[in-house]
Amino acid sequence: MEPMFRIPLGDWVEIGLDWLTTTLDAVFDFIRAILVGAYDGIEWLFSAPPYWVVIVVFAAIAWWASGWKLGVGTAFGFAVIVGVNQWENAMNSLALVLIATVVTVVISIPLGIWAASSNRASAIIKPILDFMQTMPAMVYLIPALVMFRVGVVPGIVATIIFSMAPGVRFTELGIRGVDQEVVEAGHAFGSSPARILRQIQLPLARPTIMAGVNQVIMLSLSMVVIAGMVGAGGLGGDVVASLSRIDAGLGFEAGIAVVILAIFLDRVTASFGKNTAGTRGKNS
Amino acid sequence: MYEATNEQNNDAENAIALSVKNLYKVFGKRPAEVIKRLKGGKKRDELTALGTAAVIDASFEVKKGEIFVVMGLSGSGKSTLIRTLNGLWSPTEGSVVVGGSDISKVSDKELRRVRQQKISMVFQHFALMPHRTVLENAAYALEVQGVAKPERLARAEKILSLVGLEGWGEKYPGELSGGMQQRVGLARALCAETDILLMDEAFSALDPLIRREMQEQLVLLQSELDKTIIFITHDLNEAMFLGDRIAVMRDGEIVQIGTPDEILTHPANDYVAQFVQDVDRTRVLTAGGVMEPPLAVVNLSGGPRNALRTMRDLQVSAAFVVDRRRNYLGIVRDRDVMKQVEAHSSDLGAVVRVGIDPVSPETSLNDLFGRAVESPIPLPVVDDAGRLVGALPRVTLLAALGNVPSTTGEFPVVDAVVAPIPEQVVTAALALTEGDA
Ligand SMILES: Nc1ncnc2c1ncn2[C@@H]1O[C@H](COP(=O)(O)OP(=O)(O)O)[C@@H](O)[C@H]1O
Ligand SMILES: [Mg+2]
Repeated sequence: MEPMFRIPLGDWVEIGLDWLTTTLDAVFDFIRAILVGAYDGIEWLFSAPPYWVVIVVFAAIAWWASGWKLGVGTAFGFAVIVGVNQWENAMNSLALVLIATVVTVVISIPLGIWAASSNRASAIIKPILDFMQTMPAMVYLIPALVMFRVGVVPGIVATIIFSMAPGVRFTELGIRGVDQEVVEAGHAFGSSPARILRQIQLPLARPTIMAGVNQVIMLSLSMVVIAGMVGAGGLGGDVVASLSRIDAGLGFEAGIAVVILAIFLDRVTASFGKNTAGTRGKNS
Repeated sequence: MYEATNEQNNDAENAIALSVKNLYKVFGKRPAEVIKRLKGGKKRDELTALGTAAVIDASFEVKKGEIFVVMGLSGSGKSTLIRTLNGLWSPTEGSVVVGGSDISKVSDKELRRVRQQKISMVFQHFALMPHRTVLENAAYALEVQGVAKPERLARAEKILSLVGLEGWGEKYPGELSGGMQQRVGLARALCAETDILLMDEAFSALDPLIRREMQEQLVLLQSELDKTIIFITHDLNEAMFLGDRIAVMRDGEIVQIGTPDEILTHPANDYVAQFVQDVDRTRVLTAGGVMEPPLAVVNLSGGPRNALRTMRDLQVSAAFVVDRRRNYLGIVRDRDVMKQVEAHSSDLGAVVRVGIDPVSPETSLNDLFGRAVESPIPLPVVDDAGRLVGALPRVTLLAALGNVPSTTGEFPVVDAVVAPIPEQVVTAALALTEGDA
């Protein structure tokens, strides 16, 4: 049925996209080249050595970050991934998650700082974040696909957009939550705003910011599966393949690998957040 | 206990450390409009829809080396006022001049320089950096000033021992008690080596005993380091103990500025009077604050006849004796003077008694009760130069404690304990010796 009136929103979006891809083609190519390069590098780092070397390194990181229990658990979990023959996929996905997370953090923390420093900035950023987060994740894939062509890059870009919100939100929240008297003390002794940010606000907001980073990673990981649809490969690729082939076994194997990665990343980043010296004692 | 003598001692140093003129600070939507209406005679409570007038037309000057206390109930605008003094708030109107520059007008960079070099602050809840050690916290101001690490830590170490925290430098603030944390806060401010120290309810979060200790230490430090301190409190006793001068704030306005004595003995209005009702007066009031002008004062060179006449006219049995420069010499009794008169002697000095030690104006009343009770006559109050400046009858002491006006301003030198020689007898004696000088 034809509606009474029709807003040609879709047409506008396509016109906009066309315009973007033609005028900013060089920019997108540049971004694409960087992301591909970074992805290939990290992916190589994870896949080139024998798998047991990589497992030992991850287990050591987990041990150092949290304790021997997580270390042993990590070793066991990654061994399971090897056992279900998802090692390569898992490393691909991990590389994708890492790149997406790094880029997201690099963008979202400054945005969060800006939002915390100005009510107006906060008022502008907030609805955009709401929009980005509530829009169904797959919708980002199409323009990303148009702009960056099939492959791993649209997956990374869509993941970045999708997981941006908690990075910004938690940073803003963390910085606004810093004891105002301590910030005032910084001003009262003649510190510059940059010094106060560096020496007071960021260190004290760190647990909250790290909780945000943790959220970013978790969202990235969940997005990885969806990214498989646009040819990002990895665990997502196998999940998509299992869907199209109605192969429950394969789907489950890939799924369990996602879960193991998720637990590993979550526990390790969570323990960075409540790390020792930084938050020792409490200021009343 | 507090230094009432500062003003007399360092006349030369009566320089102004900080001055505030017609300062307004209004929060809210339409600050300018609020000020306009305030000037037009509106009360601040009528203007809450337009904004909160936290500080209204405040003007005062703080002298170098003085402890200036701002006292008032919670919400009276003390914190807002003190925060405009170092530019944490910029005034809505008016000026704050520190070391020659109006800090509401200077650039951000200059303002930071003023804060680094002229004016530092101690906070109510300590405001220490929990992720840094005590030593690093104490050295913070120096770090901001760009002092190299080894030097600033060494200097901070010294200041820490000055405030009694030797050996605690490697701890984190969270491991210290409240009192010790505030010592760190104080050390941090002292480390900055600024002349002016702002303290916003710095001791209010501490237990009473620790608070007392900190107050005493602050007074001690102040006398050693000669800082100018602006101290905010809602506690009257604290204000009275610390303050060389006190500004009483109410609903954003300064209702009275004066020494603790002045505020206690001459409250500017009922509000202040009410406020000061329950202060521990013995600790605050000094002899100089409550003394009466001495009436029965005789000149040594005036001779016995003059002295006797004065005592008769005032109907007293004794009088203070001073020399021409009003230096205090002692007292004379009417009976002794009578004898001299009858013996046709013109020497008053022979009968002057020096038994009663004079009291200095700074002595607190607390220390005077014993002596006042024992002494048959009022205690003479004598200043540092040896001049007789007042008298302290027992009645006055008691009246000061009860905060009732003791007299109409004039008071005979001697209490009624020793009855004077009857008037007719004196007159007769004077008549008999008419020819003498
Ligand atoms: N940042 C602010 N915004 C709005 N109103 C404020 C702000 N700070 C203080 N006030 C108001 O100003 C008045 C004085 O507060 P304050 O200076 O903190 O008083 P005090 O320190 O004497 O308790 C209060 O009515 C308070 O609500
Ligand atoms: Mg306050």
